[in-house]
Amino acid sequence: MDEQTLIQIEGLYQIFGPDAEQVLPKVKAGASKDDVLAETGHTVGLRDINLTIDRGEIFVIMGLSGSGKSTLIRHFNRLIDPTAGKIKVNGDDIMQLSMKDLTDFRRHKMSMVFQHFGLFPHRTVVENVGYGLSVKGQKKSEWEGQAKEWLETVGLAGYEEQYPSQLSGGQQQRVGLARALCTDAEILLMDEAFSALDPLIRYDMQSQLIELQETLHKTIIFITHDLDEALRLGDRIAVLKDGKLVQVGKPVDIILNPADDYVRAFAKDVNRARALFVKNVMSPALPVYASDSLDELEGLIDEHGVAYRITDEGMFEACTEVSPNSGAVWLPVHSLSRNQLLQDILPTMLESSQPLPVIDKNKELCGYLSHKALAKMLQLPNQLNVA
Amino acid sequence: MADASWLTEFPDMSRRDLLTIRKTLDGAYRDFSREYGDTIESLFDPLLNFLVWFEHLLIETPWWIILAAVTGIVFLATRSWKLSVGVIISMLLIGYFGMWEDTMRTLSIITVCTLMSIILGIPIGILMSRSDRAQSIVTPLLDVMQTMPAFVYLIPVVMLLGIGKIPGVIAVVIYAIPPVIRLTNLGIRLVSKETLEAATAYGATPTQRLFGVQLPLAMPTIMAGINQTIMMALAMVVIASMIGVKGLGQPVLKSITNQYFTLGLLNGLAIVALAIMFDRVSQSYAKRSQRHLEGRENG
Repeated sequence: MDEQTLIQIEGLYQIFGPDAEQVLPKVKAGASKDDVLAETGHTVGLRDINLTIDRGEIFVIMGLSGSGKSTLIRHFNRLIDPTAGKIKVNGDDIMQLSMKDLTDFRRHKMSMVFQHFGLFPHRTVVENVGYGLSVKGQKKSEWEGQAKEWLETVGLAGYEEQYPSQLSGGQQQRVGLARALCTDAEILLMDEAFSALDPLIRYDMQSQLIELQETLHKTIIFITHDLDEALRLGDRIAVLKDGKLVQVGKPVDIILNPADDYVRAFAKDVNRARALFVKNVMSPALPVYASDSLDELEGLIDEHGVAYRITDEGMFEACTEVSPNSGAVWLPVHSLSRNQLLQDILPTMLESSQPLPVIDKNKELCGYLSHKALAKMLQLPNQLNVA
Repeated sequence: MADASWLTEFPDMSRRDLLTIRKTLDGAYRDFSREYGDTIESLFDPLLNFLVWFEHLLIETPWWIILAAVTGIVFLATRSWKLSVGVIISMLLIGYFGMWEDTMRTLSIITVCTLMSIILGIPIGILMSRSDRAQSIVTPLLDVMQTMPAFVYLIPVVMLLGIGKIPGVIAVVIYAIPPVIRLTNLGIRLVSKETLEAATAYGATPTQRLFGVQLPLAMPTIMAGINQTIMMALAMVVIASMIGVKGLGQPVLKSITNQYFTLGLLNGLAIVALAIMFDRVSQSYAKRSQRHLEGRENG
């Protein structure tokens, strides 16, 4: 297990029914879900799940209803115990924890956000947010300040003394998010956290989560049935079908290299311009021209189709051609940010005749985007098949 | 023809056998109560002492202090002037018609019975909510307790403990406890699964879950159960008077046997007044303690 890995799941099986242990060998031998149900009356929830989740990533588990995704996420904090398998967090198998250690583990390592919010209707908003700390035995005076800060972070300052039923769905889920963040747990489990919200609010909440994650760097396990959401949030996506993992990969892989027809069907309807970011399409090379040698410039253009230089004002200029007569022609170009959606950069791209440089948060060059790469990415899958 | 008589008449057991069964059971129970009656009775001594003390307290204290105390409790629980004034007027009327002492006796036995029902009923309800097996055992028992005519279970109680307050309390509690148990069980089972999961996920222990989440959220349902229990205890007061429980029930019983219509009506009305008082107070207290439900209509 390397440094990066935070959670590791090995050979996880979940079988629902009174004699799960007896049925397990049959399932391990590969009997199908329907056969097992018909023969033994047991339901196969999860089948041979193997996963590793890295520190600080947003790991999305995606699947349709009944695919076992909500069952799977409940294994991370043992709200459900598996029939077989290992769940390691930081290298320790949490299946070996005693009841007391498990409670301690839940208090310090993980927090959870629920689809239908799971708020405590009899506690005020601020008491809900402070719940995780108050079960640890902290007094109200100790947790209140922190709880208020988190409420402010999620944009609900002033609602402290309201009850959850007085808030809208979106506001309630913000409380749910604040409650999860307030315990300062390293791992955040989000079970279809935004699925019950209407599309506009959902988009807002996703943006807020992305924004928070930039400063918090939590390890987030996010469950959803919505591929658009998965693509927007996920550093990596796992696709679950009938309790089995069909594919684990980066968002681009899911869209561009679906593992089977199931994933392909998912990926087909995605609006790629809205699902993919500049960083997914760009070439990570840095064709920066910093010397005076024309040969080097030509070399860069041959390899990348473009070379950039940075002016004294910090602007980019691009050169795509070195003509024998007039030498290099440098044209000022706009730069793209790596976290922009393709749809947002389309106008800029179409106006420009040169490949555009891509910069990161610190305004440093981190790659470039060519028209060809963009066009290829935006092609629909069936057209790809033809080609 | 005699051989076919089972076609026309039910082939019941012979009277002699039935008599033997009855005699054996009755004899065995009589022996049991002679043997252990005193011991069992002495177990209830603390309760009896408390009951007597409480009844004395209510009767010996000057009426206006009791009136002030009751009104104070009502106002604290409901914060309603209208209800408090209503209580004062009905208590004054009760006293004016000469039923003060009987009302105090009834008040004391109802209070004790309700407290007993809550103290016993809520833990049983919690147990039922946690285990399906407990539920499947207790539910039929509750059905029997609620449908068995009260007189029937008065008999063994009286045989064991004689006539008096304690058998009365036991009879009333048996009759009145099922709603608290049922609704505690129901209330806890109705707590949303996700809310409970949330508590678990944040590391709440089973005790923290019970007292921090399940009981508070089940409280409106439990309060409805307590309210029902009080009403049933009041209804039982008349029947309990048959085994020597003093209070408003005895005059009612006397009026039935002697056909005193007015006496019966007055005492009956006093019971009704007590019932309405208990009902309104417990309900509005329950409502007031559930502030989080207020916004429901808007949300």
